[in-house]
Amino acid sequence: MISRGSGLITVVLALGGVWTFLSRVPPAATTGGAPPPSPREGFSAPDFTLDLLGGGQLRLSDLRGKAVMVNLWASWCPPCRAEMPTIEKAYEAFQAQGLVVLGVNTTFQDSESDVAAFVEEFGLTFPILLDREGGVSRRYQMRGLPSTFFIDRKGVIRAVVIGGPMSEAVIQSKVEELLGQGG
Amino acid sequence: MFPFLRLGPILLQLPGLALLAGVWVGSSLADQEAARLKLKRAAVSNLIFYALLAGIVGARLGYAVRYLSTYLANPLDLLALTPATLSPGAGMVTGVAVAVLFGRRKRLPLRPTLDALAPGLAAFLVGNGMANILSGDAFGSPTSVPWAIYLWDESRHPSQMYGTLAALLVFAIEWKQPLGRPGAGVNFLLVVALSAAARVFLEAFRGDSLIWPGGFRAAQVVGLVVLAASWRLMQAWNPPGLPRPRSGQGRQQA
Repeated sequence: MISRGSGLITVVLALGGVWTFLSRVPPAATTGGAPPPSPREGFSAPDFTLDLLGGGQLRLSDLRGKAVMVNLWASWCPPCRAEMPTIEKAYEAFQAQGLVVLGVNTTFQDSESDVAAFVEEFGLTFPILLDREGGVSRRYQMRGLPSTFFIDRKGVIRAVVIGGPMSEAVIQSKVEELLGQGG
Repeated sequence: MFPFLRLGPILLQLPGLALLAGVWVGSSLADQEAARLKLKRAAVSNLIFYALLAGIVGARLGYAVRYLSTYLANPLDLLALTPATLSPGAGMVTGVAVAVLFGRRKRLPLRPTLDALAPGLAAFLVGNGMANILSGDAFGSPTSVPWAIYLWDESRHPSQMYGTLAALLVFAIEWKQPLGRPGAGVNFLLVVALSAAARVFLEAFRGDSLIWPGGFRAAQVVGLVVLAASWRLMQAWNPPGLPRPRSGQGRQQA
């Protein structure tokens, strides 16, 4: 059967070669180009504008050119509490190299007074954003807390970690990966 | 796409479960095939187990080596249950290396062992396709065909379905063993060759292809090389001069 199949395989290989040639695409035709926004690896991070705890607003796309770590959390969530000191430590260590950490509190299922107490308790120095209506949580298809998105300088999500607490090595390696990718 | 299922406080990652199911079914089929080919069943089962274990350990170590100072400072983090900190390439190399070493140590004959693994590999590829359907990975390119699915903000080819259907077809063909000669290694090669051929043709509908210079999709080029190599090996392992069993009766004969 194999000898009879030799002709067949030659045809398959030839067709495969032609098909491979015909289905060539420019890099921009796949997510190697400009990916659409979606909360998953290889896609552009969906943009948002949120109020900051303490006043003011912040828009994600304004941070283009910087490595960004978006952490969705709530004050009542035990793994969020467990990983927050490690996130703060990473922020302090890598801030000078261009890392921005955004702590997006799921305020629609939390209270602003608890958020403020939480931030004070852990001495958080990175921006805390308030998702009062849950719009960002929906756009990022949040299914568990905490959820963390590592976004490169071009605004593309490079890693997603659902659940926690994330270990120090996980955070540090992902941040180093982002910072190492340059502009 | 249905990547997660929340059961109270537990968040089940369904793609991972589909992969586990593929491993479980694949291991069971390999075990049965090993018995049919009169191989040491326990040795084949252990080979699969150690290869999988080594694959996971290798994947984590491969990732950790890239961030050595971080993991040297936090060695216990090697045990973190985070799939995002695995290196698939390192895991694959480690798993195959351990399988080869274990097989040699247990004196498992290469070709019959490969044939014992063939239905398991085919079943695992079906599980992998299911995992892609659940996670939305391996997604298709934008299209307006009537059977397009809306995914990641676009109407796209249901490439995960294409891949799963192709894997089911490969499984069905392997089950029939059209080349006969169980134990000659050609049934394993048939799974590899058919899977490579399917990838060459289906990759054109993917929206996440890695593109090489000249606009060539990397998976298609690699698939063509694998297809040609596996066919060449099939010819070498099953030369035309040898007597053949009647076609279509491979599995029933034994």
